[in-house]
Amino acid sequence: MSKKFSLRTILPPVAMVVTAIGIWWALAALHIFPESLFPSPVQVAVGFTEEVATGRLFSDMVASLWRVSTGFILAAALGIPTGLLLGQNARSRSALLPAVNFFRSLSPLAWIPFAILWFGIGDPPAIFLIFMAAFFPIVLATVAAVASIPAVYFRVARDYGISGGAMLRQVTLPAIAPQVITSLRVTAGLSWLVVVAAEMIAGRDGLGFAIWDARNGLRIDLLVSGMIVIGVIGVVIDRFLVRLTTIPSVRWGYER
Amino acid sequence: MNDKQLRLQGVSHAFGGIEVVRDISLDIRRGEFLALVGPSGCGKTTLLNMLSGFIAPSAGSIAIDGRARMVYQHDGLFPWMTVAENIALGLRHIADAAGREAELREMLGFIRLEGFRDHYPHQLSGGMRQRVELARALAGDTDILLMDEPFSALDYLTRLRMRRELALMLRQQPRTVILVTHDIEEAVQLADRVIVLSERPARVQCELRIRLERPRDLTHPEVVEGMRQILAELGLETTTETEPDLAPLFTSL
Repeated sequence: MSKKFSLRTILPPVAMVVTAIGIWWALAALHIFPESLFPSPVQVAVGFTEEVATGRLFSDMVASLWRVSTGFILAAALGIPTGLLLGQNARSRSALLPAVNFFRSLSPLAWIPFAILWFGIGDPPAIFLIFMAAFFPIVLATVAAVASIPAVYFRVARDYGISGGAMLRQVTLPAIAPQVITSLRVTAGLSWLVVVAAEMIAGRDGLGFAIWDARNGLRIDLLVSGMIVIGVIGVVIDRFLVRLTTIPSVRWGYER
Repeated sequence: MNDKQLRLQGVSHAFGGIEVVRDISLDIRRGEFLALVGPSGCGKTTLLNMLSGFIAPSAGSIAIDGRARMVYQHDGLFPWMTVAENIALGLRHIADAAGREAELREMLGFIRLEGFRDHYPHQLSGGMRQRVELARALAGDTDILLMDEPFSALDYLTRLRMRRELALMLRQQPRTVILVTHDIEEAVQLADRVIVLSERPARVQCELRIRLERPRDLTHPEVVEGMRQILAELGLETTTETEPDLAPLFTSL
């Protein structure tokens, strides 16, 4: 993960983006599709600067990111301890794992009606949906990680007098860290997908609402600029979480 | 003075209804290197687990004088800890930080990995990892090393090298060692006394003493003879009536 921004590594993706925008621009300029359904890059850029200038884009970003981070952090804060508990206790695992699996397999979007009925409109339904999307996969990944810790680590720990809280801090948690970090990356991405859908239906602001609103107002330039912003933020979130995998004490989990 | 470091009296063990170890009595002297060999699944590891206190014998008694530590078969190093942190686990009982640091440095020097203190296990070779594992077990004046097939995961040449290193280490820092192995060569090359265990339930079938300086050459006549005797004991030796013609197996160029 060394930061080497040489021309060689930067050039191909930049060339790719420039080419894609060029083709897009050419298609729009040729008027192959009706202008009302296919905006040109220039229109999108104008719409984008307009959204930036009014401050609406910024407030939508803040709204969406706030919902995602709250829902996601809640899911991780409750999901990891739940997974630890289930991973270490065979009886509670066999009792609860089918339910966890069921909810993991249930699309979080299926909760949208209840989210609105229970929480109305705004932050709470979106946070609830993100929580439902992220919590169960995090629990399952943690359970699997705990179950796959080699028994020899616990024996070594006991040989060297590690027990109780120290066992959790020095053995169990570091042993599951790589797998848990991977699941956090996956569920953060999932949360970002869900917030867009949640805001479309149960929102009055946020990026998901913004693109839905753009469609209703027939502002396809704003629709596209919103889509681009959503995609870019998704990538940035993942890049940010990838950094967790470069922590020296978890590298082993990705190199074996 | 009592020079017995370990004493087993009539030790037996059964898992459920299966008798694994039957009536083993052994005295192990301070500084002795004892190897336990036997067919796989004969209860060698169970015996070692009883010595480490991991399981209690169903019958009989085990008296241990001093601290015993296990060196594991597979990677027992914590992959999330550096070499220094792993070895420091063995020094947890030393209260003052300066004393721990001094001991840590000494152990790192001892295994010749001073330059690797902040490396993680996955960045080391198998042989280096096994040296760290040894250092961790030896750290802080352990009296008895219990080794469960410590080199079995290594390639043959590394295994030979590790045997030599262990022998040299023990010369510098004598310890009582109990080595469980299926590798007869390893047993004969390292041990003062080799105990051959029978098929399950494990009983002492015979013992062999080897009074030869360590490190020993694999081809030393006494080593070769020791191996022959153990193989015969295990019923694995092909008996040849007449000495085979050992005319040059390799033709030199």
